[in-house]
Amino acid sequence: MRLARPGGFVALLALLAVFPLFAGNYPVKLLHEILIWGVFAMSLDLLMGYTGLVSFGHSAFFGLGGYVAALALLRWPGATAALLLPAVAAALAALVIGFFSIRVSGVYFIMLTLAFSQMFYAVAFQAEWLGSNDGISGVPRPVVVGLSLAAPRVFHLFLVGFFGLAGLALWRVVRSPFGHVLRGIAENEGRMAAVGYPVARYKLLAFVIAGTVAGLAGSLFTQLNGYVSPDAFFWTTSGEALLMVILGGTGTLGGAFLGAAAFTLLQSLVSSYTERWMLILGLTFVLFVLFAPGGIVGVLRGRIGLRA
Amino acid sequence: MTAPLLAIEHVSRHFGALSALNGVSLSVAARERRAVIGPNGAGKTTLFNVITGQLAPSAGAIRFEGRAIVGLAPHAIARRGISRSFQRTNLFPRLAVGENLRLAAAADGRGSWNVLGSVDRLAAPLGRAREVAEAVGLAERLAEPAGRLSYGEQRQLEVGVALATVPRLLLLDEPTAGMSPEETARMTRLLQALPREMTLLIIEHDMDVVFSLADRISVLHHGEVLCEGTPDEVRADARVYEVYLGTGDDR
Amino acid sequence: MTPVDLLGQALNGLAYGVLLFLLSVGLTLIFGMLDVVNLAHGSFYMLGAFAGLGLIAATGSFWAALVLAPVVVGVVGALVERTCLRPLYRRAVLDQVLLTFGLIYLFEDVVKWIWGGRIRSIPGPALFSGSVKIAGAAFPAYRLFVIVFGLAIAVVLWLVIERTRLGSIVRAGVWDAEMTAGMGIDIDRVFTGVFAGGAALAGLSGVIAGPIRSAYPAMGSEILVVTLIVVVVGGLGSLKGSLAGSLIIGQAETFGKAWLPETAMLIIYVVMALVVLFRPQGLFGRPLR
Repeated sequence: MRLARPGGFVALLALLAVFPLFAGNYPVKLLHEILIWGVFAMSLDLLMGYTGLVSFGHSAFFGLGGYVAALALLRWPGATAALLLPAVAAALAALVIGFFSIRVSGVYFIMLTLAFSQMFYAVAFQAEWLGSNDGISGVPRPVVVGLSLAAPRVFHLFLVGFFGLAGLALWRVVRSPFGHVLRGIAENEGRMAAVGYPVARYKLLAFVIAGTVAGLAGSLFTQLNGYVSPDAFFWTTSGEALLMVILGGTGTLGGAFLGAAAFTLLQSLVSSYTERWMLILGLTFVLFVLFAPGGIVGVLRGRIGLRA
Repeated sequence: MTAPLLAIEHVSRHFGALSALNGVSLSVAARERRAVIGPNGAGKTTLFNVITGQLAPSAGAIRFEGRAIVGLAPHAIARRGISRSFQRTNLFPRLAVGENLRLAAAADGRGSWNVLGSVDRLAAPLGRAREVAEAVGLAERLAEPAGRLSYGEQRQLEVGVALATVPRLLLLDEPTAGMSPEETARMTRLLQALPREMTLLIIEHDMDVVFSLADRISVLHHGEVLCEGTPDEVRADARVYEVYLGTGDDR
Repeated sequence: MTPVDLLGQALNGLAYGVLLFLLSVGLTLIFGMLDVVNLAHGSFYMLGAFAGLGLIAATGSFWAALVLAPVVVGVVGALVERTCLRPLYRRAVLDQVLLTFGLIYLFEDVVKWIWGGRIRSIPGPALFSGSVKIAGAAFPAYRLFVIVFGLAIAVVLWLVIERTRLGSIVRAGVWDAEMTAGMGIDIDRVFTGVFAGGAALAGLSGVIAGPIRSAYPAMGSEILVVTLIVVVVGGLGSLKGSLAGSLIIGQAETFGKAWLPETAMLIIYVVMALVVLFRPQGLFGRPLR
């Protein structure tokens, strides 16, 4: 819990904001990926860690946000195209997918969400107006309140601001009365229904919130790279976010972010030293599960003696 | 005669060839304290599950305050004012005692859709949680995760969670099961002190608890109501002894 | 599409379905019995294909590879079960997901290390290199062999599971592992055996798939999702369901590709979504409570 102290969070944001003053282009690019994947992983953790819904189809919203942003930014490169439309599209998709998926649970929920996200993948992969398997490239960055995000420094601050706001919003959600209901559902769904909570409706709202945030993360990812490809929808995108959350420690937003950072850094650092990065990453996961249950946050708590 | 608070009419429930409830009719008046007794496998818990919507009855009707409740989801039935405790402890083990009670107290939905506010601002459920913790003897343990409580304390919390929703009808499924004599005595005192506005339907094996609490008793056997009456009437009924002592019965 | 084309597609779908069956039968038994979601099951398929490649190079015989590669993969499976999964049976599903996902990376990279990342074709047996005329159309003999061989394996499996003592232990374990352990059976060894057996079957699937679908490191993670779909459609833990699911998904994907190439990828997901929504326990699964 203390890992998410507000003071620490503000200090972290300040540090992130000035990071480009000390670091070169490559570390900054890495940081950007970490921020976006961090938000994506945190939104998934709202489902996995706080609501007990293990979704294997979160990429549906990440990809949708990315594609909607790409299509819209090519026509009107403003804030509406960059933020509003992707968020609305992702929210609507989450409402529909959630409505169906929430009727089942456990492995069936995992498989149904997977199926929905793969349907998006199939459409994006086949549709020529979406660029088929090449995706959409040459996407410009928007101009937001008169500032062009094409300027690297502006885009950096925009990303840090996005990360800060998304983190703050999710942090508020998990601490709100609604968030407490979600935790009750994760702990004991049957009893929550027995005392009078319409559990399905709470789950659906959680699903929509998580999907919306994931859609925004997807939009930012498109803006970062200038393109989007069907890979954004592919199940490995969901899988990687899932790994980040588990690696960091489920049920702690800070953990999801740390997991995203660890995963991204591990991937890029190891791959810059050796071709065998997959081997090392795989071994890390295996050893982590066997010897460090509870993820990074679990290890930190054990080492520093923080209370669970 | 006033309409009963809870009216169960010819309710049956089959599991394949097995019939757990077989045409049970039972009505409970407002302010009454009714005990349901019977040997294991008599269908008592099934009866509770059917009332609270965890199981659908195969046949029959159930009315609460005059309105049919069969077919409603468990949460909708709870919202009507029926709350229950479970025979097997059914808590939120990793949440604090206070949070277990607060969640139940906030289940009326007011404020629970607030996604950005703070839990501490919702004073009513917090107050109710403290009140119930006091009543069930867990006021000192509010911050303890429910999973770390002793067995007896968990049973107290189990009843507390059911109480916290302020039901008009409270169903308790063996609240003293597995408790020590002292804990049982305390639970009995707690139940006796409940306000009369909270109508009580209780499944219990401990006859001391039953006789010190119940206004009326229904005896269930093989999914049917064997007899019903005041504690004295039931005590005098020879069939009840047969059922329990197994005379003339393979059990 | 002429009737002959139709037949050809149906046979292609059948061959693919047989491969899926060999894969999914292990996955479904492992899930039903051990309650483990083994994402690395596709890796056993991939390992089977590459073990086959190596063994053909070493022995010069497809048949030797067909026998030995599943043994190799089975041993790898037994090792994985003993060292990695055994400690996880009582732990959360998410730990199993993370661990078996790690194994996917690990196996894929080891194979890349040894064989490189290229697509390798695997030579089929000379005996079945020709084609057979069916209803006037040429059909590759090897595919017919795959179909007959796979169905034979299915029959043998069915006999083992339904008619032998070993099979009854496995069935009991799928039904209720704790109770089976209570009957004085060394459930740990049964678990290892089932896991190794499932891995070996996946490996076998990989070897016989090689001459049709080639061998490449990502083939395991590609087929994994399809296999999971088969298992869910057929019903978790059900042998019959695994066969039915494989044949349905095999035909759906093959005909989808032939008839509606634009939407082919969609079809199997739509099939699964419909099954999960309207019959969540799958075609032959135990009804959910």
